[in-house]
Amino acid sequence: MSAIIIFTAVAIAQLMLAAAMALASIRMFRGPRAQDRIIGLDTLYINAMLLLVTFGIGTGRVIYFEAALVIGMLGFVATVALAKFLMRGEVIE
Amino acid sequence: MIVNAADIPLWAAVAVAFFLLVGATLALIGAIGFVRLPTFYERIHAPTLGTSWGIGGIMVASMIFFSVAASRIAIHEILIGIFVTVTTPITFMLLARAALHRDRAEQNGKAPDKHTGSERAEG
Repeated sequence: MSAIIIFTAVAIAQLMLAAAMALASIRMFRGPRAQDRIIGLDTLYINAMLLLVTFGIGTGRVIYFEAALVIGMLGFVATVALAKFLMRGEVIE
Repeated sequence: MIVNAADIPLWAAVAVAFFLLVGATLALIGAIGFVRLPTFYERIHAPTLGTSWGIGGIMVASMIFFSVAASRIAIHEILIGIFVTVTTPITFMLLARAALHRDRAEQNGKAPDKHTGSERAEG
């Protein structure tokens, strides 16, 4: 019984997160200006991280947590570097 | 380490499912708002739904699941939660300042007005 509840919830959550990723990538491709595209990328990787953690709950393995942690850290660095580039025109001065 | 979802009790399964669905729903609402809101300065608010309680709900679900299934406290997911909660305001404030700088440099009328102290005292 508890396995059915968890697997159903994981499947619904995965569908919702995949839809959120699709919406974020729509904004990333269509976004009128560069800052919209950068926030689209940010939302995309946050949702991908949530999808990986949800996948880890579904399969019962801890290894997906580490992949999610790496995605979070690299995504933060990437977004800050892109914002710096928009602000100043170069990343490292 | 592999844990089996059939091993955990019913109350824990209901709690895990509840927090998973709350987190995924908030992330989806944030993404919908991100696509539908009209201007950049309004759009920047929407994804923070997903990065505050979207992250929080799914991490709480993962913590409950692995703690109950492994019969020991497994709260390493709180690392991701704290990290994202700390870094999201930094990235969004940097991006908003960059967008403001670009709009003011182009003078395209999209940037909000400057509010100085004297204007606020008059109004």
